[in-house]
Amino acid sequence: MDTGAESLIPFTGIGASVRRKEDLRFLSGRGHYTDDISRPGQTHVWFLRSPHAHARIVSVDTAAAARMPGVVAIFTGADTAADKIGGVPCGWLIHNKDGTPMREPPHPVLAHGKARFVGDAVAMVIAETRQQARDAAEAVAVEYEVLPGLASMAQALAPDAPAIHEEAPGNICYDWHIGDEAATDAAFARAKHVVTLELVNNRLIPNAMEPRSAIGDYDPTTGDHTLYTTSQNPHVIRLLMGAFVLNIPEHKLRVVAPDVGGGFGSKIFHYIEEAAVTWAAAKIARPVKWTADRTESFMTDAHGRDHVSVAKLALDEHGTFLGLRVSTQANMGAYLSTFSTSVPTYLYATLLAGVYTTPAIYAEVKAVFTNTVPVDAYRGAGRPEATFLLERLVDVVARDTGLDRLEIRRRNFIKPDQFPYQTPVALQYDSGDYFSTLEMGLKAADWAGFEARRAAAAAQGKLRGIGISTYLEACGIAPSAVVGALGARAGLYEVGTIRVHPTGSVTVLTGTHSHGQGHETTLAQLVCEQLGVPFDKVEIVHGDTAKIPFGMGTYGSRSLAVGGSAMVKAMDKIIAKAKRIAAHLMEASVEDIEFEKGVFRVAGTDKTKAFAEISLTAYVPHNYPIEELEPGLEETAFYDPKNFTYPGGCHIAEVEIEPETGHVRMVNFTAVDDVGRVINPMIVEGQVQGGVAQGIGQALLETCVYDGDGQLLSGSMMDYTLPRADDLAPVSVATHTTLCTHNPLGVKGCGEVGAIGSPPAVINAVVDALRDYDVRHVDMPATPAKIWSIIHGNARRVAAE
Amino acid sequence: MYDFDYHKPTTVADAVALLAADPDAKAVSGGHTLIPALKHRLNKPTSLVDLSGIAEMRGIRREGNALIIGAFTRHAEVASSEVVQAAIPVLSFMAAHIGDNQVRNRGTIGGSVSNNDPAADYPAAVLGLGAIVHTSSRKIPADEFFLGMFTTALEPDELLVAIEFPIPEKAGYAKMKNPASRYVMAGALVSKGPAGVRVAINGAASCVFRQAEMEAALAANWSPEAVAGIQQPADDLNSDIHGSAEYRAHLVTVMAKRAVVNAG
Repeated sequence: MDTGAESLIPFTGIGASVRRKEDLRFLSGRGHYTDDISRPGQTHVWFLRSPHAHARIVSVDTAAAARMPGVVAIFTGADTAADKIGGVPCGWLIHNKDGTPMREPPHPVLAHGKARFVGDAVAMVIAETRQQARDAAEAVAVEYEVLPGLASMAQALAPDAPAIHEEAPGNICYDWHIGDEAATDAAFARAKHVVTLELVNNRLIPNAMEPRSAIGDYDPTTGDHTLYTTSQNPHVIRLLMGAFVLNIPEHKLRVVAPDVGGGFGSKIFHYIEEAAVTWAAAKIARPVKWTADRTESFMTDAHGRDHVSVAKLALDEHGTFLGLRVSTQANMGAYLSTFSTSVPTYLYATLLAGVYTTPAIYAEVKAVFTNTVPVDAYRGAGRPEATFLLERLVDVVARDTGLDRLEIRRRNFIKPDQFPYQTPVALQYDSGDYFSTLEMGLKAADWAGFEARRAAAAAQGKLRGIGISTYLEACGIAPSAVVGALGARAGLYEVGTIRVHPTGSVTVLTGTHSHGQGHETTLAQLVCEQLGVPFDKVEIVHGDTAKIPFGMGTYGSRSLAVGGSAMVKAMDKIIAKAKRIAAHLMEASVEDIEFEKGVFRVAGTDKTKAFAEISLTAYVPHNYPIEELEPGLEETAFYDPKNFTYPGGCHIAEVEIEPETGHVRMVNFTAVDDVGRVINPMIVEGQVQGGVAQGIGQALLETCVYDGDGQLLSGSMMDYTLPRADDLAPVSVATHTTLCTHNPLGVKGCGEVGAIGSPPAVINAVVDALRDYDVRHVDMPATPAKIWSIIHGNARRVAAE
Repeated sequence: MYDFDYHKPTTVADAVALLAADPDAKAVSGGHTLIPALKHRLNKPTSLVDLSGIAEMRGIRREGNALIIGAFTRHAEVASSEVVQAAIPVLSFMAAHIGDNQVRNRGTIGGSVSNNDPAADYPAAVLGLGAIVHTSSRKIPADEFFLGMFTTALEPDELLVAIEFPIPEKAGYAKMKNPASRYVMAGALVSKGPAGVRVAINGAASCVFRQAEMEAALAANWSPEAVAGIQQPADDLNSDIHGSAEYRAHLVTVMAKRAVVNAG
């Protein structure tokens, strides 16, 4: 091999900021999304949706609509019931405190008997064009008996509230707990201080740029069903829809998730529209396409967060945390979405230790049905809720006890020599160094110089504040045995196939799914690193159950930690086999073959074979150890992680409030994260910045609002405040690496840290800015009107003095 | 959207004739309110009369002590017009802060004023500068033009053709944006000139209105301090998920003060 030429090739392995290869097609309008697909003979569906939050469906008359131009078919809940179509299932069983299983009422594909939220699909109208389908949907006559809409958890839990589901009296899905209650009570009994904080984690509406879309296709000659869908995990959809809803075996059901324009969790779940178009396509023997408009996205994509909590922290006289007690109500919405039940339990309460050595923790969570859109995982899923609670609570503790907010954190941090660290809430952290990320963050944000900046702002009539969050999260989900014991109804391993072609190029089939994360680049870098194959000779294939082995998809920052690890294992197998071929060709013992940067060498000699020579030999086995080795060079590996991964770090927000209007301006944001080994620093920076943007959105701007009857008031971009560029601050991103100890890459995950760590940093900064106004807590979002009313309502302490 | 017929007349007379012949026809200018309403099926006109082909509705010109802006002039044109910048800089400033680039390149002054969205910018300029609205059949003073939420003095078959702005000595505008829509939560346009001292408040109530107490105060003493102590009553102001009537009432004073500062 010509090593002189090799040195001219830019480094594309681990640690290189390789430009995202997928961006050329995305930025030039050549992405291929579900709505870009049209099948021959395709029809279009319009879902007629309930305008009422809670109503009995007395009758549905489709006769007039069926006579409208272009109408092909109209189906209602009665039709899906007659065909024995199952409800869309929930993927995680939670048990109550008393050991009984949660209430799990069915979620019918088309509402039958009752509609339970504004947007619940009551009928599907299929026509030659979308316009005709919509016209005909307006001619469907539905008689509703309107029932009281229970828009909030408080309404749903009222003693006289009607049951949304007969199966769930009192509108309780489950009443669950974790931790040692007796030990926690004992800790509180000997505490010097107990600090209590009530807080709300505001409900969010995800708003991926690409609306959801689904096309059902059916070949009556073979009985093959195909679903094209905007999904983060096509195999999971195939499993859930095939096995639980439509009774289609895997070999007759293909699910394709092509380019997907953002998910943030909202495209993990199996939605009713997917099942409806797949089922209807077979009924009418024509393809059926649905694409949400933005209004439908607002009222049918699973929402996120929506917790109401009371937290109590017990401390000794030195400010050491003795015990934490948390009681949370979590809104499930009208039906149980796929992972809804796991979010406020195992993805939330297990994180309540945070980065602190609190020895006793007890948390109880009540999940509540309401007449609202189902609530499920949204970027961070449970961990932002835990982090907001804990990092706000620590600041309030500092305020109430007079301790410095940095000092109280340092005093309670888990120390670097305490890893592996077993928390009282089930997790065992493998690695981390919270002191280093804190110190780096303080330096980068110039924490020490803040008071001067505050004084300068005050001279301009502005209130400046700085806030910190020292957070931790658990991702890289997940060890199958662990989650199985906790109620998960699926494994959470990942798969990778490495297909080396005869001339040495490589196709990777991964079970993870990219919907903006840049897998086509990052995963290719793993191949460059491990096999020494040039970047442009590697292709990443994902998103089609007909092409890839059974994988679990992308969520919970798992693609690299779990999917990347599967690829490493498969490449280990490739190298092991290739070494045997190389040993044969170079007439050496396999133990003497070394492999580095794409070259096989007999140790201590100048005898070498290039990777491409070995791959060619594998597929043209003329001179080959055929008795002992199969031809070909393709390996598959499944990887089941040994533990979650635990990224963490320090986020610092600086804000400036204009007292006259209450407007909070983000001045600066500093993120120092430990995401384990960094494969592509540019992509990590982008992921963190995107996550921080969503975190700032939650903290300052976004909130889902229903009126008392369950009508969605924040149902459009005119009313729901998504962050814009000018709402954000410069976000500086740095990493401090401790390696994950239990996966082969040492990676932890970076997809969610931004959204998890940032909201409490921002609110802590807002509260700090209001330090002269006797403010203890501000619930999110800190809108101008809310901040103005706080300033307006609280006599300024300095003025009174 | 539902089906509709489409017309693109080239004269005001033809456009008016089309509107007069069909009470369910609608005129469309930049389309920034009407097209979304059509897409949401909230409006079902029999036909759309597209005004973009009418040359006499375009253009910006100065006539003596007035600036005349054709109804079909886009926000971006007002923002960048040297004639406007020289004569009534507050108009360019206002236009430059409506929506975003896409909006400014499509939306028109006539469309905005005819629509009279309570949270739109331009009605404050028309009322606050004491403009005269030229229609296909008459001239209407600003004080008689804006009747209520989305309601103006225009008859169904009457088109706004141009707006005549008297050139003020001083004028300033300030607004607080709705965080989601970026429409106006509360805004104030203050001016001093041939039409007297005027203070127009937009965004805060169901329709743009004049704040008489502030006008009197500024007439006596043109300074931010003159309006700083004047409380706008919260009665009849808008209240929604982004802000209460009390908050808007407070913002009226803050924006009026800032508008005076901006006026110089």
